Amino acid sequence: MTQFPATIAESGRETTSGDRTLVLNMGPQHPSTHGVLRLVLEIDGETVVRVKPEVGFLHTGIEKTCEAKFYQQVVPLTDRIDYLCPMTNNLAYCLAVEKLLGLDIPPKAQWMRVLMNELTRINSHLVWLGTHAMDLGAMTVFLYCFREREDLQRFFEMVSGQRMMTSYFRIGGLALEPPLGFFEKVKKFADRFPGNVDEYEGLLTGNPIFMMRTKGIARLSAEDAIALGAGGPTLRGSGVDIDLRRDAPYTGYENFKFKVPVRTEGDVFARYLCRVQELRESIGMVQQALGGMPEGPIKADAPKVVLPDREKMKTEMEALIYHFKIVTEGFTVPAGEVYQAIESPRGEMGYYIVSDGTAKPYRVHMRGPSFANLQALAKMCEGGLIADVVAAIGSIDIVLGDVDR
Amino acid sequence: MLPRPITDIEQLKSHPALARLVEWKASVVQAVKFDRDELTIWIAKDAIREVCAILRDSADCPFNYLCDLTCVDWHPSEPRFEMVYHLLSIATKERVRLKVRLDGSSPAIESVTSVWPSANFYEREVFDLFGVRFTGHPNLQRIMMPDDWEGHPLRKDYPVEGYR
Repeated sequence: MTQFPATIAESGRETTSGDRTLVLNMGPQHPSTHGVLRLVLEIDGETVVRVKPEVGFLHTGIEKTCEAKFYQQVVPLTDRIDYLCPMTNNLAYCLAVEKLLGLDIPPKAQWMRVLMNELTRINSHLVWLGTHAMDLGAMTVFLYCFREREDLQRFFEMVSGQRMMTSYFRIGGLALEPPLGFFEKVKKFADRFPGNVDEYEGLLTGNPIFMMRTKGIARLSAEDAIALGAGGPTLRGSGVDIDLRRDAPYTGYENFKFKVPVRTEGDVFARYLCRVQELRESIGMVQQALGGMPEGPIKADAPKVVLPDREKMKTEMEALIYHFKIVTEGFTVPAGEVYQAIESPRGEMGYYIVSDGTAKPYRVHMRGPSFANLQALAKMCEGGLIADVVAAIGSIDIVLGDVDR
Repeated sequence: MLPRPITDIEQLKSHPALARLVEWKASVVQAVKFDRDELTIWIAKDAIREVCAILRDSADCPFNYLCDLTCVDWHPSEPRFEMVYHLLSIATKERVRLKVRLDGSSPAIESVTSVWPSANFYEREVFDLFGVRFTGHPNLQRIMMPDDWEGHPLRKDYPVEGYR
């Protein structure tokens, strides 16, 4: 499956010093590729000459599967794309379908969506921080990060019954009311978490070994980042000030105050600083969401689209009919197309949905941020040392489920 | 009730992307649609690379970021394929969707990798899953499916499960 011409793949190429380059396979089973990613590296001694990412090992044809499901049945599939931030996927899909339908979502559902989305962002960043630091030799950070991640997963389990594949957001609102005591527990966590971020930073930010491994490594200029389609902290670490939560607010983000961290260095350390700062901003948004959580329904008033409450379904004839119809034949969505982009922890996550007026989507396309970020990897690594490839992969924070879909 | 889509070019000329294209060469714009706050412009097939370059380098509203590139199969109607390009202007945060219709017999279109290197993977994906060829692409190979795979899974005449 290699993309090099056969002769290069076998023996490398002539270099200026008269030696030959060597072609080296990294992955698909390699601990630092964070999944099944294969990199074909062409190296000249310790220096990387070319990098060719090979993807597709996790391709499961989710886009094709979506076309055979009812709209509401697609929600659990979206969890499995980027499995580190399932709620972000749920949200992007639900917002896209709601835009097609023209649904209005009640305020409490919107605030809950922001709250859960920011907790998901923290969850995703913690996995990134732990594994990235471990790749570079800092084992302790991993243990600290997963300690806090465990708390977050308990929150997800509280609201949805699942630790990872949550499917908590539904078309028209939320699946369930958050349970009693949920907000108090999140509040306790939110009060404690900034201290935890200080701990991580105490281990890494001023650490000379970590700085040597990350400062000035895998540089990406702003022009290259835009041309290669990078997103999220990878783009902001290169000095491009864009965040869809602020620039194109969705699901009530316009009610929240937060800063968008931007660094201009464009190296691994800059991306690290952006994400760590985002942890602090996210927990600030969690506090705001807890403080201002409105009362009211958690589902839109659209009986033909949203499943009725259990109580209503058992006592009202009409609700029973709607329930039966939604479950057996789905709900129709007016013909049209939408592209809904939201800010996932990794960058712009876009759902492009085409409806032909039936109960099943005609086409669902996911714009995965990891797929886009992966294209920037070659530019970062070429000319650097082979040991820095590991740092570069960690810094773009790819999830292979999102790359391959 | 959703508002009706606007399809009149004159009403939509205030959008920077459409204004720039009409100013450059009005004949490349085949149709427009403004629906659910999103503008779609159908572009003549032969002009797509030039249109992308013009929009990217537009002075007052540069659409310099290619968000997404994909394809829709309208089998069995003709023209069968529709290429979809989502562009974003990082400076003004405006978005626009470009579309190009391709017929089903031997779908091919000029690659936009020379305008945005990021189109590389997306075009390979469309080639792999839809069988649309991109002329001028530096490395047009399958990306998701194995190299020796037969058929293009996202085409509508390809079954969701079972053997073909």
